[in-house]
Amino acid sequence: MFLVTDYNVRALLAILTIFGRSLQLHVHMYPLRVLFHIGRYISMLGSAIARPEKNIMYYRETIRQMYDIGIGSLPIVFLISIFIGAVAALQFAFQLDGTLVPIYYIGYIVRDFAIIEASPTITCLVLAGKVGSNLASEIGGMRQKEHIDAMEIMGVNTAAYLIAPKLVAALVVIPMLVALSAFISIYGGYLAVVPTGWLSDPEYALGVRSFFNPHNFRLMFVKAVTFSFILTSVSCYQGYYVKSGSIELGKASTNAVVFSNVLILLADYFIAVLLT
Amino acid sequence: MIRADSIFKSFGDTPVLQDISTEFLRGKNNLIIGRSGAGKTVLLKLLVGLLQPTKGTVWYDDIDFYSLNKRQLRDLRMQIGMLFQGSALFDSMTVQENISFPMDMFTNMTAKEKLDRVNYCLERVNLDGANKKYPSELSGGMQKRVGIARAIVLNPKYLFCDEPNSGLDPKTALVIDELISDITKESNITTVINTHDMNSVMEIGENIILLHNGRIAWRGSKDDVVHSDNEILQDFIFASPFLKRLRTKALERG
Repeated sequence: MFLVTDYNVRALLAILTIFGRSLQLHVHMYPLRVLFHIGRYISMLGSAIARPEKNIMYYRETIRQMYDIGIGSLPIVFLISIFIGAVAALQFAFQLDGTLVPIYYIGYIVRDFAIIEASPTITCLVLAGKVGSNLASEIGGMRQKEHIDAMEIMGVNTAAYLIAPKLVAALVVIPMLVALSAFISIYGGYLAVVPTGWLSDPEYALGVRSFFNPHNFRLMFVKAVTFSFILTSVSCYQGYYVKSGSIELGKASTNAVVFSNVLILLADYFIAVLLT
Repeated sequence: MIRADSIFKSFGDTPVLQDISTEFLRGKNNLIIGRSGAGKTVLLKLLVGLLQPTKGTVWYDDIDFYSLNKRQLRDLRMQIGMLFQGSALFDSMTVQENISFPMDMFTNMTAKEKLDRVNYCLERVNLDGANKKYPSELSGGMQKRVGIARAIVLNPKYLFCDEPNSGLDPKTALVIDELISDITKESNITTVINTHDMNSVMEIGENIILLHNGRIAWRGSKDDVVHSDNEILQDFIFASPFLKRLRTKALERG
């Protein structure tokens, strides 16, 4: 059996780093350029997972990032979630109207739609725009203003100090935001259909409580963790290797959002195939 | 002492530095001068390890810089201070936090010890009391001085300055030059300054190399500059007709 020991983790990291570096081919053909970026991305992650120079500094940075990502994203998450739930409830109410399907199913459908798909995916797509572009700009700006060079000369492992706290913060906070989003979506659905008379309060509550499968909840967190890792690491990668000039910084910020979104959708598909 | 040993550096097929061998002496102001694009910044980045040479190596006293493992490299880097062209102060931190950053990251000093050290460094660069200011509230010259304070906070053995006078008026530039020179003498450190400011050359240049097209075109001290027949040097130092006339008159008067 494979034991998770310090030695094994180090060996795995070493292998990943060597594999990553071996893919860093300085060539101009498009497919090989993709390999180059994959290699450099893996290599960056290998460097980011290192022992901190000073735990307290990393802890402080992680808390700061948690605040920025978590509290800073609350209004947008609240806004999109309430509308996701409201629109979903109204659409399903309209579709089910006049059919033999019991009307309380609206609550059940809104709940599962929010938990399985809407909250993890749409929240993370929006966060890729808000948090991802912000991370790419922040790290890219530091690269361009020589802050990263200054830290490296001091002896700081910049990949670890700048990226690891952001990754940890995102992996903790974004799943919380997604869970909150699911709750708000369900409440948004309630606001859209109960006060307007589509169904009564007990009917909606019955629907929300019906056919609950805990696996869906696990699926939501698997998606949330995977998507938050993608959006944070891809955005940090774009910022960390930005070239000089404001146009390049803009490009990095755009690429962070575009690549994060594409990879989130791809991951969403594969998770759906593998886990449902 | 720092010794560059047959350094070559190319970017793709373009050679930037060719066969650079020189010594940067302890307790001296070692200047790398040259026109824009001569390779000064690339050489400085190679010396501090921000770039890797295509060929050759750099020795810090008897340590081969490029053969060090990560841990040894980190230990050596704690003995290096660097002032960047744009000062590279962290915008989100106050002056005190900027200067304290290396101590926060690498030492176990108490808060009081760190504050005392920050205050000493700020006093040393004539900025006492600026602890709570943010970089955006400081002038260019003050930012450079904070950059110097941060560079010397861990008592480095080696100090690198990349264009310390760029963007400063001549008077402030002189203050920065004198400050760097004084710190070099007081702490007996190896200081390498990358500049194209001829005032710096004539004021503090004790061990100067002139880079031209990626090669060392001349070496000497500020006292050798006026009397040198090297055309590349004269074109660089006495670039304007006014300065050329001044030099001619100075030579006529002996």
